[in-house]
Amino acid sequence: MIKLLKKLDKKLFFLIFICLGFIVAQVYLDLKVPDFMAEITQLVETNGSKMADIIKNGIYMVACALGSLVTAVIVGYIVSVIAATFSKKVRKDIFSNVESFSMNEIKKFSTSSLITRATNDVTQVQMFLAMGLQLLIKSPIMAVWAIVKILNKGLEWSLLTGGAIIFLVITIIIIMIIVLPRFKKVQKLIDNINGITRENLTGIRVVRAFNAEDYQENKFNRANNELAKTQIFNQTAMAFLMPVMNIVMYGLTLGIYFIGAYLLDAALMGDKITIFGNMIVFSSYAMQVVMSFIMLIMIFIMYPRAAVSAKRINEVLDEAPSILSGEYQENKNDIHGEIEFKNVTFKYQDAEKPMLNNISFKVEKGETLAIIGSTGSGKTTLIELIPRLMDATKGEVLVNGVNVKEYNLNYLHDLIGYVPQKAVMFSGSVNYNVSFGEAKAKITKDKIKEAVQVAQGQDFVEKMDKTYDAHIAQGGTNISGGQKQRLAIARAIARDPEIYIFDDSFSALDYKTDAKLRQELKKYTKDATNIIVAQRIGTIIHADKILVLEDGACVGFGTHQELMKNCKVYKEIALSQVTKEELENV
Amino acid sequence: MSNEESAPRRHHGPTFEKAKNFKGTIKKLALSMRKFWPAIIISFLAAGIGAIMTIIAPNHLSDLTDELTKGLVPDTKTLQTISKKITANLSEENIQTLTMSLFDTKTILGNISLQSDFTESQKKALEEFRKNVNATNFMQEFSNLDDDLKLKILTDTTYQGVVIKAEDKLALLNMVNKNSFDILSLPTSIATVLLPEFTYDNILITSQNQIDFLGAFKDIKDLENEEVLFKAFDKLPSNIYDLVKPHIAFNIVKHITFIIALLYGINALLTFIENILVAHITVKYSRDLRENIAIKINKLPLKYFDKSKVGDTLSRVTNDVDTISQSMHQSFSTLVSALTLFIGSLLMMFVTNAIMAITAIASTLFGFVFMSIILSKSQKYFRARQKQLGNINGHIEEMFSGHDVVTLYNGEKLAAKKFDELNELVYVSEQKSHFLSGLMQPFMAFIGHFGYVCVCIVGAILTMNDVISFGVIVAFMMYIRLFTNPLSQLAQAMTSLQSAAAAGERVFEFLEQPEMADESKKTKVLRRADVKGEIIFDHVKFGYDEDKLIIKDFNAHIKPGQKIAIVGPTGAGKTTLVNLLMRFYEINSGDILIDGVSTKELTRDNIHKLFIMVLQDTWLFNGSIKENIRYNKDHVSDDAIKKACEVVGIDHYIQTLPKGINTNINESNSISSGQKQLLTIARGMIEDAPFLILDEATSNVDTRTEELVQKAMDKLTEGRTSFIIAHRLSTIKNADLILVMNEGNIIEQGNHHELMQKNGFYANLYNSQFESISE
Repeated sequence: MIKLLKKLDKKLFFLIFICLGFIVAQVYLDLKVPDFMAEITQLVETNGSKMADIIKNGIYMVACALGSLVTAVIVGYIVSVIAATFSKKVRKDIFSNVESFSMNEIKKFSTSSLITRATNDVTQVQMFLAMGLQLLIKSPIMAVWAIVKILNKGLEWSLLTGGAIIFLVITIIIIMIIVLPRFKKVQKLIDNINGITRENLTGIRVVRAFNAEDYQENKFNRANNELAKTQIFNQTAMAFLMPVMNIVMYGLTLGIYFIGAYLLDAALMGDKITIFGNMIVFSSYAMQVVMSFIMLIMIFIMYPRAAVSAKRINEVLDEAPSILSGEYQENKNDIHGEIEFKNVTFKYQDAEKPMLNNISFKVEKGETLAIIGSTGSGKTTLIELIPRLMDATKGEVLVNGVNVKEYNLNYLHDLIGYVPQKAVMFSGSVNYNVSFGEAKAKITKDKIKEAVQVAQGQDFVEKMDKTYDAHIAQGGTNISGGQKQRLAIARAIARDPEIYIFDDSFSALDYKTDAKLRQELKKYTKDATNIIVAQRIGTIIHADKILVLEDGACVGFGTHQELMKNCKVYKEIALSQVTKEELENV
Repeated sequence: MSNEESAPRRHHGPTFEKAKNFKGTIKKLALSMRKFWPAIIISFLAAGIGAIMTIIAPNHLSDLTDELTKGLVPDTKTLQTISKKITANLSEENIQTLTMSLFDTKTILGNISLQSDFTESQKKALEEFRKNVNATNFMQEFSNLDDDLKLKILTDTTYQGVVIKAEDKLALLNMVNKNSFDILSLPTSIATVLLPEFTYDNILITSQNQIDFLGAFKDIKDLENEEVLFKAFDKLPSNIYDLVKPHIAFNIVKHITFIIALLYGINALLTFIENILVAHITVKYSRDLRENIAIKINKLPLKYFDKSKVGDTLSRVTNDVDTISQSMHQSFSTLVSALTLFIGSLLMMFVTNAIMAITAIASTLFGFVFMSIILSKSQKYFRARQKQLGNINGHIEEMFSGHDVVTLYNGEKLAAKKFDELNELVYVSEQKSHFLSGLMQPFMAFIGHFGYVCVCIVGAILTMNDVISFGVIVAFMMYIRLFTNPLSQLAQAMTSLQSAAAAGERVFEFLEQPEMADESKKTKVLRRADVKGEIIFDHVKFGYDEDKLIIKDFNAHIKPGQKIAIVGPTGAGKTTLVNLLMRFYEINSGDILIDGVSTKELTRDNIHKLFIMVLQDTWLFNGSIKENIRYNKDHVSDDAIKKACEVVGIDHYIQTLPKGINTNINESNSISSGQKQLLTIARGMIEDAPFLILDEATSNVDTRTEELVQKAMDKLTEGRTSFIIAHRLSTIKNADLILVMNEGNIIEQGNHHELMQKNGFYANLYNSQFESISE
């Protein structure tokens, strides 16, 4: 938390300092108000008081209250500025840092966790700051000031107040000790209920097919009852809090008066009025002290939650991106579209086995390389090394004869048109999605049209309401999987890269569209190098080179015909999809 | 980290959502809580009585204060009586008489003649004295004598039973002569004579007491100055002090203290009871709501879920129910106690004094008007904040989940630019909404103080004109506090009631969805063992929307034991057929017959029992592998489960797991989607039913694994009528009947050979597998 607060710049600390001044003023005024109140009460109660005195004190009191209001407004304003600036800055820092992450860091945190950290956690910390900052500064000042004011006013009363505070603090702490872990449990139980409901909803057809409605309901009821039981326990414990707080506060006043009666009786006549005055003052300040302590406890209760969020934010901010941009951004060799892997090994941090083991191959300009292998064999990892989504652990990846690590990242990315497995769509128009990002040359409307056409998306795009201006929802939920893939492919085409990389990008397309698309693509990108990761034999059968991966190792490299002859794994894959005769017919 | 994903949060921070039909929803909420009404009424009563006690308690506290102020005022009447009595003894007359009798001429002259031991000089002086003395100047001349001589002449005598020594007499003489009569320096014997002791209220007040009394008040000139006067009290002799000191009536103090303590105690007890009741009511009510939703989920037709998102329903179960229970928790008793306080204090104020009541209301009214303006203003910003926060969170989500694309297409700058714009908007609305909502509390405090002063001033004016007594002002000082507090509480309770209504609306909307038709009256039953496995589609027409038919007049006769494949491009409606078979949806017209029995005559449960179904989406729940495979069946042995795993070829993988089939499946497990699919197939394996449906059951496994599974499935399909949906055509070539679907229609049917020969859609689809880029 403190570490995170250090991120605040000097201006904000200056603001906090000013804020502190105003809070002191506010506390002063707040503590002054009861004085005038007592004065007015006394004047009203005494026979023969002058009207002018009452009005004078009344004006003083209203002035103090108004002053307190004004300072409170100023403090509120400053705090709102601090809190909002803080969250703005932290949010920005997280966003910028995550933007510079490589897939390594993204995978380490997981995307959903990063999103929560940048949104909910920031809100958590900010709420604590907005509430806590005022209370944290104000409560101790208030408590100390009020204590100083009443310190010498009576030992008996002080003891009573001290006892009341200790009793209150212990009660609240005990209740919190009992309740807080169960609050965490409640959160878990709610997640559990969520999980069971989600399970029922996502598997609704399975549930019904298996006539398992009662099974699910029983499961839900168990979780539901457990939640209710825990909540009732918590709330019962919490039910003590308010009455105890009230009893202590009212009881304290009553106690002070009661003790006051004896003190008054025992006192010398000359001291009586002073003691009576002290008693009135003491009872109102004692209340302030108790309130301040309650506030302080509240902060300590709120703190752990915010602290957890702060810690999680810090983890993101402290994570240094592992992939840094290089300098190289020209093409001195005049080589285009060439990719070479030299003994490349890749291992995830903490993993036992490498994902890729000693891979070497070379693809020349205009060639098509297909990569095939079973799930988890390392196909995606291999191609992610080319645009440096990750860096090879050992060995070198060369693009146009230059190690990818030397390239300026933007320059390198401009060379490559990469279509990931999951077609990513942003909320925005078709135009926006296809022309996303920055390219060497500005992507014109015509270019977009052309790219969509090559990607076989023209038909559906032009059928949409506003065609190229049609809105695509976040995550592309309003278009089908195949349509998403086609737009994602169009996005790559629109940039005219030297190298195309398709990570199983045709999977959601039916065979016909798949074939047509690749045909058009080939025509359009005669000179470009293609790297295709695929599952279907049909998709890769005519590739210039096929790389067969098995458990991260290259077990075959060559053309279809060559591999059919000498690669057992490839042959198995091929025969699992089509018959021998059909293969021979090709 | 993996548990962070819960139901989508609808809101961040406070909400000001309004229900479309506030009254109606509140009514529905109230009705659906019928079961809790007794508890609610008790808690309302507790809140109401507690509030009334809050109104009463301050009066007693002010009584206590009054009682204590009595401890400040001394008993001036007694003081005056005693004072009069003492000063009466000190009259000139008394002193004169005493002096006269002590310095009687005859006695003194007699004494002189009696004495003989005078010195020469003394004799000489006496000689002189005798010569000069006469009736008028006796005292004068005597005084002029030497002190030693005087002492010799003035012998100790007894006066009124008091022995008065010669020295004492001399002292008195000196005082009288110097005309500085000071009772305090008088010799005791003389003072005793002058101030004879007396009793007051059975208390003996000695002469010394009287002297001390006089001493205490000696220097006081200004009797109006209470401070000085009261200080003098402390010098009083204790017996007189006891008579005049201020009296605190301890029995009354104790009595009032006891009553107040009792009031507070009962109040606390009532609050406690109320809290516990409200806790039970809200927790149990939300539990019931959740349960109803859970039951409802399984009663709704699948049609409903096609239109709604999972997140939406989830959000109703958790967020909305939570909002309802929280708002009820906040508003329930607050509403009652605040209302009681508000009305109670309003009533008390008007009963006590109308002018004062109007003053109190007027002085706080402008504050409340101002506050409601702020409130409505801040609502605007809160909504804006909600929206902006939603926007930026959406952007963050989008950019983070599309991180690879953003990086690869150099979209970082673009993303950052948009982020900064959104962030700035969030900043503005966040700062404003925070600021405005923070104004409430200090403003309320100010209104309270302002009202206090107004009441005091108007009260004081009225008192001076003898319209009201002081007590009224004191009472109003309390009423103004009681009056201002509940108003803001009421405002808050109303807003939370609003959000309860908004959430309730969504929950009830869900609970009121039309359910699937009741089937309890259906009597026809097909038992698994008796079914041969024939299915007839007879002029089946169906559309997800009533007016948009997807399946137009479908006919097919499927013989027992046949293997039916359904193929076609994505979205062709392959799954629709399965949905109809399982009666997940009701057909528009026509009939589906199983062994000649219309499925309309059978219960859905019965139909489901006849089918084994394995779906494309690998649905596994949080639980052990065993539980997932055994799903909903109690009597399945571990061996049978292991056997099923062996058949689908996942046994090797399971053996590598630490707890074997008892290993828990959860998100963090590194179980691949292919493995998940194999588990769902195993789940189907242990089921024993005459029909089998495989809906793209192997889409997530790679082709080699698929081949293994294929073999297992062939075993599964043996002797069963089976329906297989696949987009890999290689899987279905050996089917007895292939139904080719496109755009919701069955456009071709026949076996592989027949269809290939036809050279139509199927042949085209099949051949496109091998079309290559170069062609």
